[in-house]
Amino acid sequence: MSKAWHPIGQLTDIPKRGSRCVATPFGRIAVFRTAEDHVFATEDRCPHKGGPLSQGIVHDASVTCPLHNAVISLETGEMQGPDEGRVRTYAIRLDPLTGAIDLSLAEAAADMTQAAE
Amino acid sequence: MQKLVVIGAGMASGRVLENLFETDPQAYEVTLFNAEPRGNYNRIMLSPVLSGEKSFDEIVTHNEGWYAGYKVACRFGEKVVSIDRARKVVVGENGEAPYDKLIIATGSVPFIVPVEGRDLEGVITYRDLDDTNVMIEASATQGAKAVVIGGGLLGLEAAAGLRLRGMEVTVLHLSGHLMDRQLDEAAGYLLKRDLEKRGIAVMTKASTQKILGTERVEGVELADGTVLPADLVVMAVGIRPSAEIAKAAGLAVNRAIVVDAQLRTSDPDIYAVGECTEFNGMLFGLVAPLYDQAKVLAKVLMGEADSFAVKELSTKLKVTGCDLFSAGDFAAGEGREEIVLRDPSHGVYRRLVIENDRLVGAVMYGDTGDANWFFDLIRDGSSVAAMRDTLIFGQSYQGGSPLDPMAAVAALPDDAEICGCNGVCKSKITGTITAKGLTSLDEVRAHTKASSSCGTCTGLVEQLMALTLGASFNPQAVKPMCGCTDLGHADVRRLIVAKELKSIPEVMQELEWKTSCGCAKCRPALNYYLIADWPGEYRDDEQSRFINERVHANIQKDGTYSVVPRMWGGMTSASELRAIADVVDKFNIPSVKCTGGQRIDMLGVKKEDLPAVWADLNAAGMVSGAAYGKALRTVKTCVGTDWCRFGTQDSTGLGMRIEKFMWGSWTPAKVKMAVSGCPRNCAEATCKDVGVICTDAGYEIHFAGAAGLDIKGTEVLTQVRTEEEAIEMIVALVQLYREQGHYLERIYKWLRRVGMESIKAAVVEDAAKRRHYFDRFVKSQETAQRDPWADRATGGVASHEFKPMAEIGFKEAAE
Repeated sequence: MSKAWHPIGQLTDIPKRGSRCVATPFGRIAVFRTAEDHVFATEDRCPHKGGPLSQGIVHDASVTCPLHNAVISLETGEMQGPDEGRVRTYAIRLDPLTGAIDLSLAEAAADMTQAAE
Repeated sequence: MQKLVVIGAGMASGRVLENLFETDPQAYEVTLFNAEPRGNYNRIMLSPVLSGEKSFDEIVTHNEGWYAGYKVACRFGEKVVSIDRARKVVVGENGEAPYDKLIIATGSVPFIVPVEGRDLEGVITYRDLDDTNVMIEASATQGAKAVVIGGGLLGLEAAAGLRLRGMEVTVLHLSGHLMDRQLDEAAGYLLKRDLEKRGIAVMTKASTQKILGTERVEGVELADGTVLPADLVVMAVGIRPSAEIAKAAGLAVNRAIVVDAQLRTSDPDIYAVGECTEFNGMLFGLVAPLYDQAKVLAKVLMGEADSFAVKELSTKLKVTGCDLFSAGDFAAGEGREEIVLRDPSHGVYRRLVIENDRLVGAVMYGDTGDANWFFDLIRDGSSVAAMRDTLIFGQSYQGGSPLDPMAAVAALPDDAEICGCNGVCKSKITGTITAKGLTSLDEVRAHTKASSSCGTCTGLVEQLMALTLGASFNPQAVKPMCGCTDLGHADVRRLIVAKELKSIPEVMQELEWKTSCGCAKCRPALNYYLIADWPGEYRDDEQSRFINERVHANIQKDGTYSVVPRMWGGMTSASELRAIADVVDKFNIPSVKCTGGQRIDMLGVKKEDLPAVWADLNAAGMVSGAAYGKALRTVKTCVGTDWCRFGTQDSTGLGMRIEKFMWGSWTPAKVKMAVSGCPRNCAEATCKDVGVICTDAGYEIHFAGAAGLDIKGTEVLTQVRTEEEAIEMIVALVQLYREQGHYLERIYKWLRRVGMESIKAAVVEDAAKRRHYFDRFVKSQETAQRDPWADRATGGVASHEFKPMAEIGFKEAAE
């Protein structure tokens, strides 16, 4: 499956050091904006107990889960520190000129296809 | 017992007494005179007191208990009139004191520039606590201007402190560059540039002509005609040994009191120590040699043999952020070579002076990491020929691979000096740690004196502790806030106020945060501190708040929220209950429950529904109950005189008044209160953060209870007669807590940390202070009492929070 890009809005829709979520058929996806205006997208579920990462505090390129303070790298989706586990990350792109953000669901769709086969 | 009289309670004589009592507390019966109305304190730490980085209490070296413990007769605030050597008595203003041995430790007096206007009000020197307090007072006026005459160590520390306190500061220095006795021209220039970056104006080659003004100082006129306006003039041009009393008693005095290597004056029963002494034609101004003198004198007084000798001296400036170091003789000259390293973009400058293959002097600016190593080389006098090529790069570049700091400390020889102020070498520290089983920095300070004066060697001492104790040593006696900083909560709070830091990025920049934008531990803490310290000025940073405080509801395990409206004092009504029932039906809220604080909790609300839920509750007159916040939560009450046959006061009414007065305020951790109408205590006030027990006689104010992880009954703060007094007392108490508490530190833990005495002194015993805290709370409420629910339900605040950014449907996703 080719990588289809879905427009989801503008950079300014997300607060700096903050996040929003996007509803998709594969579940909620959390979209993050860092202090340096980098954007990341992950599944909105902490690997620990399923906490909504989109509600956490964003610092550098990490988010701290609101339920039990697990820290997750937005770049790799890996849990930081002694914890193990990872969340799925999604490809996301920011047009530096217009500020438009596109999200790809290819990672989730690929899994679905696999499961269906 | 022999009688020992000491004139002057300065750093040198204080150290003599310490050393003496350590050896034999029974040897002498001591009488201590001091012209200042207080005992010994660490005078060289006045600069951090001036800048607000330390409090006076922190620099007191000997308190009343110490003097009492050694039975020292303290005659503080009493001047000595004369010494009668024939009768062996010291004549004080209030009577005589006979002596067998006498120590003169009269120190020095600041040199006053003999210009017109030097007696005007507002012209001071920088010598003692009183001077420091005058400066702190002067800086309280907005936009006040200060002129500091003298760009030496003391003058610059004064200038930096005044600047930190918000004054406009100009430093006047007679010679061509700052600190000309310790620094060369290049380092002096870098220092000037750094000070100017901090907003301190520096004028070199500036000669003061006269000080202008009629009663109070108004300005300073320079020899070239320039006039600088000034509300405060600080003279810091040098000191003059204070030897008048010795001279009047007929002792040998040149520029100061002449002493031999045993600190004996020309009278064998009279000794002198400190800045008032002259030894081999030399005078003393820095603390290290004075401590050496003190050590020798204490031994001599015990009848042991010892001699004082002058060692090389080094200098450091105690201005946070200006790192400079100088030692030895760094004048250029015949037969001398120099090695110079400059890195202008980083403001780094190093200059070494070598004579006959030996290091004789060093000046460093910007990076003083190798200062101790160079200083050791200077004092050793050993040949540096073998490492001449890489010498300037410091210790880590000698012998191949760079050493880690621990290895560098491990490699130091046993006699390497670690603490310059107190002359403590490495083996003394490591030996004492092992012999006495020391485990904390404070203990090491107490037993060895290392790191107990200016504190610049603290890092080295900690490394030695780590080296000696291995893994069992926890270097942070102060627990850092989080991994982003080494500072503890107390330091951060104090520095936010002292440096007037008013935003999170400013705090992180100025306090050298190690991460670019903090973490989930420090950001909420900083956000709270800034809200509490700069009410109305600081703009709340929503992104630094925990989700509950950001969306004003409590997140639940499944990502839904719970909603608790305020019910003042736990009172509700049919119409409120009806509105709540309607909301529960309308939004399909799965659970409704009563809380421990007499409120109703609706659980399982979807985030998207929150604004609409709030709109309906607002419409029925209810506001946010702040059940999610580090804030005033609930005031629980019993029915009191309204209904109860035992009720003594209107406990429900008081509870509602307190809650209506205090709602909306943010606090370090949650604050739960209760008011019980009689000692039967149905509102359970004695396990709350703040509780009131009503009696016929009035109101008993309790605080610092806990009924969670810890269970603890409250302490009684005080008793008052009227509701007004009760409210003022409670509000002042909470405001004190708001200003002192560490983030997430409940009131009972705050009490444990700061002690009952300090709390009572601030809010119970002093009505003016209590009023001051009360007023500050009222001021902060001006901007705090807004219903966050209304702002979001109908006010359009933070609308992005409550709906997804986008929705991608099945069809689009499948494409």
